[in-house]
Order: sequence, then C-alpha cells, then structure tokens
Amino acid sequence: MKKKGWKEIPIAGLITEAGSAAKYKTGDWRTFKPVRDEDKCIHCLICWIYCPDSSILVKDEKMVGFDYEHCKGCGICASVCPKKCIKMEKG
Amino acid sequence: MAKKILALTGDQAAAFAMKQIEPDVLAAYPITPQTEIVMNYSQYAADGLVRTEMIPVESEHSAMSACVGAVAAGARTMTATSSQGLALMWEILYIASSLRLPIVMPVVNRALSGNINIHCDHSDTMGARDSGWIQVYCENPQEVYESIILAIKIAEDKEILLPVMVCQDGFITSHGVEGVETLEDDKVKEFIGEYKQEFSLLNVDKPLTYGPLDLQDYYFEHKRQQAEAMANAKKKIPGIISKFEPLTNKRYDFIEKYRLDDAEVGILALSSTCGTTKVVVDELRKEGKKVGLLKLRFLRPFPAEEIIQALSKLKAVAVLDRSESFADHGGPVFNEVRSALYELNKKPLMTNYIYGLGGRDVGLSQIKSVFEDLFKIVEKGGPKSLVNYLGVR
Repeated sequence: MKKKGWKEIPIAGLITEAGSAAKYKTGDWRTFKPVRDEDKCIHCLICWIYCPDSSILVKDEKMVGFDYEHCKGCGICASVCPKKCIKMEKG
Repeated sequence: MAKKILALTGDQAAAFAMKQIEPDVLAAYPITPQTEIVMNYSQYAADGLVRTEMIPVESEHSAMSACVGAVAAGARTMTATSSQGLALMWEILYIASSLRLPIVMPVVNRALSGNINIHCDHSDTMGARDSGWIQVYCENPQEVYESIILAIKIAEDKEILLPVMVCQDGFITSHGVEGVETLEDDKVKEFIGEYKQEFSLLNVDKPLTYGPLDLQDYYFEHKRQQAEAMANAKKKIPGIISKFEPLTNKRYDFIEKYRLDDAEVGILALSSTCGTTKVVVDELRKEGKKVGLLKLRFLRPFPAEEIIQALSKLKAVAVLDRSESFADHGGPVFNEVRSALYELNKKPLMTNYIYGLGGRDVGLSQIKSVFEDLFKIVEKGGPKSLVNYLGVR
C-alpha cells in the first residue's frame, strides 16, 4: 500500500475512524512466520486462544490458517501447540 | 469609553487577562513566582466571577496532563507555571504540541535548580524552546496582559493549533506593580470568540483516537506537519496582531526596534531587561551616541528575516542571554541570532553576554558598559571574547 504524505493525513496522528485498527498492517514487523502442518493439526484452537494479535483464522470451528497481514511472528502459537505442528520459518 | 487603568503586578495582569478570557478549565499547581496567578484566579472562581472548572492537581505533570485531556475534549484550557514546575511538565509539553492542542500558559521565568533559587532567569523556558510551543517574552505587566489575550487567538487559529507560553520575568515583572490599561470584558470575549475543538473526544458522532502508536511509517509526517504549523504561525501572527491593534492601539510585532534605525551599535535582549536597556539608550542618545535596542518578543516561531533586517546595518551587536547553555559557545539566543545573520554579506560584529542568572540584578551601569564595549569592538574590529559574563564576580 502506498503510504500517504504529510499533507494527506489528519493532523497530530489522530485516528478519525472508529474500529479501524485492522487497517494497520503489522505483518511487516515479522522476522519469522508460523507455518502449520495441516495433517498433524487437531484443531484444538489453543493457538487461537493464545494469539495476542487475533491472527489465527478459524472457520466452522477449524483452524484454517494465519492472518499474515497482522501476525507479528511472536511464535506463541508454535510454543503452545500441543501437537508441535506449527513451525517458525523465515519470512 | 476610556480604558480602565489598573495597578497590577505581572502575575495579577496575567490572572486578570485569564479572568476576561474565562477558560472552561484551569488545571494548575502553585509554584513561586507564578503562585499569584493561580491564587488570584482561584479567588475569582470562589467569588463566582468566572465559571471555570478549576482542577487543583497534585503536580505540574498532572496539570499539563489534565490540560491535554481537557482541550482534546473541547474545553478552552489554561494553566501557568515556573521553573521546576515547567521542568516537571516536560514530557507533556511535547505531547500537547504534538497533539496540536492550543493551551495557553503564562510562564513566570525562574532559574532552574540546582542550587535551589526562586528568582529570574530564562533557563526554564529556554530549555523548552524545542518543545513545539510558541514562545512570547514580555517586557512588563502591560505586555503580559495583552499577550495572553493575543495568545488565545494565535493558539486556536485552525492553521496553527499550537500551544503558547507567555513568559514574564519572575519577581521583576511578576511582582512589580505597574499601571495596566485593560480592555472591557466583552471586547476581550468578542476578540477571542468561542473555542471550537474540531476533533473533540466527547463528540460521540465522530469517535476518534488521540495519541496512538506512531512508528517509522508516519511519525516523521506528523513532525513535518508540526513544522508547517509553526511556519503558519509565522505567516499568520502579523494578521492576528493587526486585528488586535484597534483594541489596544499598540502594535506587537515579532520584534520591537527601539531607536535602532540609525544606530551604529545595538543590544538584543528579551523581557524586562529591555526596559532597562531603553533607559540607557535614551541616556546615551542624549550624549550623541548612536545606540539602539532590538527586543525579541517571539522566540518561537523564530523571526529570522525580521532580525536580519533590523540588525543588518549595525556595526556591532551584543546579544544578552539570561540563561547558559553550557556549550562553551554562548547562550541560546546568541547562537540563533548569530546563525540567522550568516545570510548577510556584510555582518555586524557580534558578542554574547550571559547575565542575570538566578535573579542577579542587572542595572543601568552594566547595560551602559555593554554599549561601551560595543564601541570598543567597532574600534578594534572584533570582540575580545565571543562569550562574556556580565555581573559575575
């Protein structure tokens, strides 16, 4: 996304739109990204409970992947996974 | 109707201006020599003369924090401080200017500890000169009174939106009684108008966030906006002053030239020392010596062009600094003025005097000695030393 210049943004760093935090993409802070072995995953959703950035994507009560636009790569999901099916890889 | 002249100290003049402005919120903590401002205002509030919400906080850090919240909510807000109080406000000073909150704060200049000292020098506000606040320095209670009213209009201008410090010399001005011409209440209210916070925290129809995390990607853009706001202040202040002029019949520019146009040598000073210097200028003029004074009223925004224009024809200039920046290269005002004059092809000879620290009195004879030094500098083609200490043993 092309970043805006100083003349195009609200003064003082004001955020003038409510509920807009998701628009701030924090994924590029990441050094390591979580990668899941789908065959080993038992969909216990412990990763979903622990993720501090709501970056575990869930559909119909199943873990379906990661929101890489917001995942900062903290590695908590990999650490808490009881099946050790999440690995942290460069990127 | 003739203007009412009241006998007021600088502190009382500040409190009286604030009474006429009648801010929605005043959050302050008492500190010598600012105490009288808040004390007098508290009396006005207790007597029911103002409808201001007074917040007696537990420290200046809290005072400025309360001001930040109140202005962001949409209240016209003021405070006042001195010295250690200003130092304790430090981190919130930057937040107030960064969040573009038009707080007007009289500051009664007092030396910073240590050692502990309650008397005048400018080390408190000089340290805050990079905090993004507009700074006005006043010579006497009259200027204090009028500058505070003017500051409201400057701070709240939509293209400026910056906080303003209105500085006066501790005790010398703050506790010295002078006749102050005052305006009628309704004239003041009409001039300042109503404060309308465009980005009010209390507007539930337009919810917004103040002060979010701001990293490598946008922090710089917001600082660039702040720099532009100060440039806008530079552009717009003369117009705001013009609107104020018919009320006071006085012209408050960025600078004031006193018998400077045909002068050979001149002193540049701030605040009450300008009054002393004017007396010496008049005395020396009677002896036929071509001397003058340049009073710097606004330090922020820095009126470089006006200073260049005013000093360009002089042979020698002494800049008086009532604070020490411990650079071994002169005081803060000297360095900024000298830097501005770099643009000139033919520059005046320059020298710096650090003076009056901790309230050390500066009298007519000392100012006279500076003018005598300046004539010697012209004769010899340069100063003996770049930085001098006036009145130290």
